[in-house]
Amino acid sequence: MGRGSVITVYVPGDAGASSLGADRVARALETEAGKRGQQVRIVRNGSRGMYWLEPLVEVVTAAGRVAYGPVTVAQLPKLLDAGMLDGAAHELRLGDMNRHPWLASQQRLTGARLGVVDPASLDDYLAHGGYAGLQNALGMLPAEIVRAVTDSGLRGRGGAAFPTGIKWQTVHDQRAGQKYIACNADEGDSGTFSDRMLMEGDPFALIEGMTIAGIAVGATQGYIYLRIEYPHAARALARALQAARQRGYLGSDILGSGRRFDVAVRLGAGAYICGEETSMLESLEGRRGEVRVRPPLPAIKGLFGQPTVVNNVVTLATVPVVLARGAAFYQDFGVGRSRGTIPLQLAGNVKQGGLVERAFGLTVNQLVYDYGGGSATGRPVRAVQIGGPLGAYLPAARFDTPLEYEALAANNALLGHGGVVVFDDRVDMARMARYALEFCAVESCGKCTPCRIGSARGVELVDRIIAGRADATRNGAQQADLALLDELCDTMFNGSLCGLGGMTPFPVRSALQYFREDFLPGARAPNSIAAGPAASVKMG
Amino acid sequence: MNDDAERIRRCVADAVQKFAAEPGPLLEILHAVQDQLGCVPPAAVAPLSDALNLSRAEVHGVISFYHHFRQHAPGRYLVQLCRAEACQSMNARALEEFVRGRLRIDFGETTRDGRVTLEAVYCLGNCACAPAMMVNGELHGRVTPERVSELAREWGVAP
Repeated sequence: MGRGSVITVYVPGDAGASSLGADRVARALETEAGKRGQQVRIVRNGSRGMYWLEPLVEVVTAAGRVAYGPVTVAQLPKLLDAGMLDGAAHELRLGDMNRHPWLASQQRLTGARLGVVDPASLDDYLAHGGYAGLQNALGMLPAEIVRAVTDSGLRGRGGAAFPTGIKWQTVHDQRAGQKYIACNADEGDSGTFSDRMLMEGDPFALIEGMTIAGIAVGATQGYIYLRIEYPHAARALARALQAARQRGYLGSDILGSGRRFDVAVRLGAGAYICGEETSMLESLEGRRGEVRVRPPLPAIKGLFGQPTVVNNVVTLATVPVVLARGAAFYQDFGVGRSRGTIPLQLAGNVKQGGLVERAFGLTVNQLVYDYGGGSATGRPVRAVQIGGPLGAYLPAARFDTPLEYEALAANNALLGHGGVVVFDDRVDMARMARYALEFCAVESCGKCTPCRIGSARGVELVDRIIAGRADATRNGAQQADLALLDELCDTMFNGSLCGLGGMTPFPVRSALQYFREDFLPGARAPNSIAAGPAASVKMG
Repeated sequence: MNDDAERIRRCVADAVQKFAAEPGPLLEILHAVQDQLGCVPPAAVAPLSDALNLSRAEVHGVISFYHHFRQHAPGRYLVQLCRAEACQSMNARALEEFVRGRLRIDFGETTRDGRVTLEAVYCLGNCACAPAMMVNGELHGRVTPERVSELAREWGVAP
């Protein structure tokens, strides 16, 4: 390293990395390097999704990028003195991240650029294969683009797993003066953060995917409905949208093709229900986010009454891969009817949490132990919840289940948006069942009775069951309450208008099915992590 | 009081002018008002409904539907603590108890000196770094009671 030359250093600007001190590390690096007479160019990249190593700092050396992590402000002076900017040895040195087994064993297609590129740089995006999909799409007929997406086998990654190509075909076939692409970026499921990582770490991929969608179905305007809890993503998207417009990747004449498409970001306002597509459309129209009765489908009568493609961030950010490398390439990954790759998000009580993108088919065991390294607390893993607050809990005995749509459905579980939350043996599953109902009560839009009232009654019922555990003589009444809870789940499942009320029974029933002992008199409780007194949150 | 009413009226007018040309602009306008005033005060409802040709009930209905929109300005520090599953798996319930005890307020309340408002949130997308908390838009991960105590001192909360 010659003094005077500028050294490029990557310090993630990802919200998760920032939450662990990455911003402070970036500032300190600037200062400390300056003190040593060394100029550094700090790139705020996205995260590679290895959160136990964040802040993960990478230095560009003659031998390639060399990583160190987790780096703290306190350690930084010593790291620099040890020669970090030359890629020198240190106990925090991780070397070339592409060779790190945690990453090398993954199949990153959608998230290929995460942590690699500068999310603020369109040139960096182009240098890493960006906009190759759009270039191809511009040379195809709209129907051919739709066919490619259909043939790829891509299904909606937001949770519903509906075939993307079929949705696009429906919108494509509508005759309308105005059509829309609405990207659902209201990633509200606990345990999920892949949308956030993509928007922060590779925002152009989403914009490219939306542009391709617009050209395919004849839509000229796209909206990204972004949750207010994601300010970092909002900033990254605003920057990227501006750059794309300036360079003609958005606007009235995309790359001289005569096609028109633009994207606007609309912020949500803290309502989980707005992740449901029809309530998201209501919210985009400036109203209360109450669900709409279907039919009509949004593909026929969606945003402002016009045909609308509603897709999740991951789905849309995957479209450029399909168009750049072909439907067959993408379709080649996966198992059965779950084609392609899925960005799984490993979260909660786990030693090595983060983003694992692989072809469908990885088992829970492989995810939790091979990638996750077991629980963060070092205690036995008792349960995972898959697919967010409306997803089922699975016990360790079922951890051989592959994480793909059909295998999970066979276990009365669902993949949802791909979040997997790990719990150790202190979890009190009756409390988690109560929480599922409480969450439903807090977030219910109130339009249908099974969800609005059922959830509130459910909380009361589980409270009675929890209180009854201390009373061994109550066994008969306890069994009756458990039967009543199951019946309530039946009503919510069959009678709710949308997935919030309709799927809250998944966590409740799976807790009852696999962890029944937690609901019975004499159940263990005292040390459990979820045993705090019920918080006084006002019920909806 | 009159000054306040005037300030609110002007803020609403600015926001309306900025977004009125867009389709379905109410949420954008409410965001602009809250960003400016810290809340959407009840006095904003009438001018909003006049400007957008909506009933007051419709405007109030939208404001009250969304957790984010508040009718009173929060304390100087808005502390949003995540209560969702991933955070619970990392002992967020105990952290909740600690925070409420340390700040001597419950969720939805503001300390008497107006410094700190505590809010419950359900997922900040930082689930691999649980438990998570956001303070004035700044995200914190792997939050411990010790860290909260440190921050509480910075916020000027008496121990």
